[in-house]
Amino acid sequence: MMSAVDFLAWVRGPMFNIALIIFIFGVIVRLLEMLLIGRKPDYSEARESAFAGGVRTIFRRFMPADTGTLQRSTTVIFAGYVFHIGFFIVLLLFVPHILLIKDTLGIQWAGLPTPIIDAATVMTLLALLVLLINRLVNPILRFLSTFQDYLIWLLVFLPVLTGYMAFHHFIQPYQLVLALHILSVELLMIVFPFTKLMHTFTLFFARWYNGAIAGRKGVKA
Amino acid sequence: MSDKTIGDSLREQGISRRGFLKFCATTASLLALPPAMIPQIAYALENTPRQSVIWLSFQECTGCTESLTRSHAPTIEGLIFDHISLDYHHTLQAAAGSAAERAREEAMKKNHGKYLLIVDGSIPTGNPGYSTIAGISNLDMLKEVAAGAAAIVAIGTCAAFGGLPKAAPNPTGAMSVSDLITDKPIINVPGCPPIPIVMTAVIAHFITFGKLPQLDNLNRPMAFYGQNIHDRCYRRPFYEKGLFANTFDDEGAKKGWCLYKLGCKGPTTYNACATTKWNDGVSFPIESGHGCLGCSEPQFWDGGSFYKPLSVPTIKVHDVMAYTAIAGAAVGLTVGGLNAMKKTNAVKQHETVTIDDLERK
Ligand code: SF4
Repeated sequence: MMSAVDFLAWVRGPMFNIALIIFIFGVIVRLLEMLLIGRKPDYSEARESAFAGGVRTIFRRFMPADTGTLQRSTTVIFAGYVFHIGFFIVLLLFVPHILLIKDTLGIQWAGLPTPIIDAATVMTLLALLVLLINRLVNPILRFLSTFQDYLIWLLVFLPVLTGYMAFHHFIQPYQLVLALHILSVELLMIVFPFTKLMHTFTLFFARWYNGAIAGRKGVKA
Repeated sequence: MSDKTIGDSLREQGISRRGFLKFCATTASLLALPPAMIPQIAYALENTPRQSVIWLSFQECTGCTESLTRSHAPTIEGLIFDHISLDYHHTLQAAAGSAAERAREEAMKKNHGKYLLIVDGSIPTGNPGYSTIAGISNLDMLKEVAAGAAAIVAIGTCAAFGGLPKAAPNPTGAMSVSDLITDKPIINVPGCPPIPIVMTAVIAHFITFGKLPQLDNLNRPMAFYGQNIHDRCYRRPFYEKGLFANTFDDEGAKKGWCLYKLGCKGPTTYNACATTKWNDGVSFPIESGHGCLGCSEPQFWDGGSFYKPLSVPTIKVHDVMAYTAIAGAAVGLTVGGLNAMKKTNAVKQHETVTIDDLERK
């Protein structure tokens, strides 16, 4: 059987390589494929700037939707924000994560003290649980949910959970829980390009296209 | 085993009863034993004949022996070390060559099934000629001596896990003791080198209870290796606050901030350094300003750079990333091109149908 030390060496070495290759290759191919489809030229006279419309929509849609939508989907919107913000705090502001980014991409920034990261982790986990329960309880959402929705939930939940467990040394030896954490992230990287996780990038194009089309027509979208 | 007990020889050295009991108490607390065990330890040490020990050194640097013998005299661990019957240790003993080997064979015969075998250094399994003693290959000698041992103590990371000689590409085919001997109780006391008192405490435990202390999943004594360096590190508050030394001579380093960014392996290392410390409790590596190397863990030579943080991959990723990005771009552009061609063809093949055409049919 593989020891915890071998396991950690494997996820920090060969397995990281595999995940990285699939992630980068998949994301680039899929983005290029989508972007190169392009759009039909619009020959009408522009009423207003498409560019301004596109940029406006990219940012405006970070704001909660209109009150009608807000009332109808309060749980999803609220828990969704908590999850996304918490996830990015943990991912981008925990010092060991920043060091990984520095080592791979060469850029770095300041991190946060661990108690704040810890709190953000708990919030993220709770928000994810709320979102899952809501998906299971709400009949319409449940009807619309596919296998992929549950798979992605799990693959996003696991890195946060194992990260929390690693930080608190919930499993001994530490090498084992650290390796599980890294492996869970690698699984996420591997499925990323082929699932709805691509919305991390595509949401900007989608908003841009929507905003630009409307902007050109002079519609305040 | 000689007939003199440890108690006898301690008394001969002028150690008072009080001093002796103090040693027993220290040993008990080091081994995380309840105070009620102190009299038992004292009784056993006083009345047990000196334990016969055969010490085999294979592919090693003598650092482990150095660590033990240079422990500050006259420490208690030094004393107990004097009072075991070290029947064979080819670095320390005066005899050499065939005389030394005779001493080993005699001790083995006299104490068959009862002697303690201590091994330091890894065992080459490639060409036996990589390391021999008196013409006997390390592997043969280990097997021969292990056969009559009551238990084996693998001292140092090389004997316990293969250590430096086993580091990739492992030219000698180095292996650890437990890779080769599976039918004897083995206790691993890893470290490069291990803390002297850890070894003496293990021997004291063996003499007192006639068996090895409680071990962890890597066969290390729990009492010492149950502790995680990062959990016991006095720099830990700085880690939590996000205060790190970025170089070995910046402000952070001078203020004693956490060494994680400089590659400290404390979080993945289990050893007693942060509490027992070194050189008579003076200090330990992190206290003297250098990150922990993780020397008491398997594969510590192959676990990535000593100076890179624990959270970064152990491989060089930049080339892989660049080539993958190029390949991804090439495939993406090709797929995009094929899609565009499909679209152009579709447009080309599109036949415009007029009302007249439809009416004609
Ligand atoms: S110096 Fe090393 S062991 Fe100490 S807190 Fe920092 S990372 Fe942990």
